[in-house]
Amino acid sequence: MRNFVEKTGRETIYYVEHAGMMTIFLCSCLIRIFTRPFQLRAIIKQLHFIGAKSVFIIIVAGSFTGMVLGLQGYYVLQRFGSLDMIGSAVALSLIRELGPVLAALMVVGRAGSAICAEIGIMRTTEQIDALECMGIHPYKYLMVPKFIAAIISLPLLTCLFDVMGILGGYFAAVVLFGVNEGSYFQGMYSSVVWADIEMGLIKSFVFGLIIVWVATAKGFFLHLDRSGAFGAEGVSRITTKAVVLSSVAILGSDYLISAILL
Amino acid sequence: MKKKNIEFVVGLFLIASILSFAWLSIKLGDIELFSKSTYSVSARFTSISGLKEGAVVELAGVRIGKVTHIALDREEYEAIIHMEIDSDIALQEDTMAAIRTAGVIGDKFVNITPGGADELITNNGEIEETESAISLEELVSKYIFESE
Amino acid sequence: MEEHNQKTVIKVKELVTHYGSRKILDGVNLDVKKNEIMVIMGGSGSGKSTLLRHVLGLNSATSGSIEILGTEITTANQKKLYQLRRNMGVAFQGGALFGSMTVGENVELPLREHTNLDEKTMRIMVRMKLEVMNLAGVEALMPSELSGGMVKRAALARAVIMDPTLLFFDEPSAGLDPVVSAELDELIILLRNAMNMTIVVVTHELESAFKIADRITILDEGKIIITDTVENIRNSNLTQVQDMLNRRPRQKELDTEAYLDRLTGDRLQ
Repeated sequence: MRNFVEKTGRETIYYVEHAGMMTIFLCSCLIRIFTRPFQLRAIIKQLHFIGAKSVFIIIVAGSFTGMVLGLQGYYVLQRFGSLDMIGSAVALSLIRELGPVLAALMVVGRAGSAICAEIGIMRTTEQIDALECMGIHPYKYLMVPKFIAAIISLPLLTCLFDVMGILGGYFAAVVLFGVNEGSYFQGMYSSVVWADIEMGLIKSFVFGLIIVWVATAKGFFLHLDRSGAFGAEGVSRITTKAVVLSSVAILGSDYLISAILL
Repeated sequence: MKKKNIEFVVGLFLIASILSFAWLSIKLGDIELFSKSTYSVSARFTSISGLKEGAVVELAGVRIGKVTHIALDREEYEAIIHMEIDSDIALQEDTMAAIRTAGVIGDKFVNITPGGADELITNNGEIEETESAISLEELVSKYIFESE
Repeated sequence: MEEHNQKTVIKVKELVTHYGSRKILDGVNLDVKKNEIMVIMGGSGSGKSTLLRHVLGLNSATSGSIEILGTEITTANQKKLYQLRRNMGVAFQGGALFGSMTVGENVELPLREHTNLDEKTMRIMVRMKLEVMNLAGVEALMPSELSGGMVKRAALARAVIMDPTLLFFDEPSAGLDPVVSAELDELIILLRNAMNMTIVVVTHELESAFKIADRITILDEGKIIITDTVENIRNSNLTQVQDMLNRRPRQKELDTEAYLDRLTGDRLQ
């Protein structure tokens, strides 16, 4: 009994401490975004890594998502004889939900894990200590370019995902099933409003922040993780944790944002 | 060379995705960069059930404007809607505005039927003749109760 | 000895630190004087690396004080600490070179971040330091293309690029063959003589310690056993020192009761 109470207390303290540490980390990084110098070169490098290198996977994922929406939409709407809604069904579900969420999950898998592993390896090989000892602040030097790049990249990748999805839906519905091209696009134009696009953008912005926050913080605090692992095994464990945590956080915050904005 | 390459790819990424963003927001989001000149017209309805701000105003099935504002007249208990109509469309004084539904379960929109009078409606004018929204439930119940 | 009237640049007083609930350092006192090579020795787990991390301000202590170049670092704010670190160069055990940059960019990094020198000057300074380290012509290589000894020398070049007054070197000979590690020893002595640095080296390598050190301090289980000149350490008759010098496994007095307890796992009342 006493053990159980003790354990509960210990767990709670650990999680509260951990959450506090991560929050302080986030705030310090965000504040440092606005301090000089602005590392343009490093930001471009990170934009290349997080943004540009994700384009291919976003295009592929976006097109297939759109195609499957077109396909499913066609079979469902056909039963109710409302095939002219297919354009708006595809566009709305992409812009409001699937675009931001799927694009973010793709980036978690591609860039989030890599960022976490990179920072984790830098921690285990004392590269972060070396930075500190050179008088270079690791938040400013390492984290801030990643934060800026992720916050810029995610909304843009989401837009790309949406457009590819709409084209994919066009391919499935219009080219494969012969839905009227005009009704596909016209239904879309008349039903999508700016508020939908705005919602998608807000979501992708928040998701970008979540991805880069979880990845960098998990890697940076690798040595404080409870599993106590260091070295290669620690990096792999922490990367898995970061991917799981950011995916769950993305889906959870997706619900929260939808509930607040609707 | 290597750095140039990175900059090129990043530039390409930014341009491609900003173009996507532009297409989404201008075409789908109805953000008007070069806003067409319009004039404002209001109309009163006994019921506009389901009409939303931003709904389309059509004449002969062609989009000529949109609903900008919906309000309630607290004395007459009537709905007042304000519309922006493209300025190159002239509407006669006896023009009629009706609220219609696209398809059976589609969006509500305002349908304009042109009149024959010589006088035209000016900016901030009012369309006098209106026909309120037809509610499917009302039609159905009317049919049922009248046949009894 | 002439060191006696020299200025103390590092002063560690009654340093106590914990890792979790485990005590790592237990009241460590250490003075490092200007322009000397101080070697911190000890076996694995003796706390020597921890001591180094505390002196560098990377860990925070339970109690005690650390004064570097006249600044108390246990209470100093971040800004002061970062300012102070520009006078300190550190070469880490594994080199800690950044894998995404070339060797040249690695060595250049402190200059790029802290000074406004133009590209050409920086390039010349990097080349100069690499030349001193016997590493001419590797600027364009990636750290992964270097051998173990080269990585350490490149890390050393990065540590001294800002001409620090204090240089710290963690395990210079770990993982190196005797010839390469002898080269590094020469380099350390050269840096002290030519660039007037105060150097703190953490190592467990006896031979190299005796070769480079002015004074040696020996740590065991978080406590300092002795701090003295090489000569005096050789002639010391403390058992732990002799064990270490003669590579004898540590002799422990066996507490029979405790030993039995540990074996059976529960205390017999």
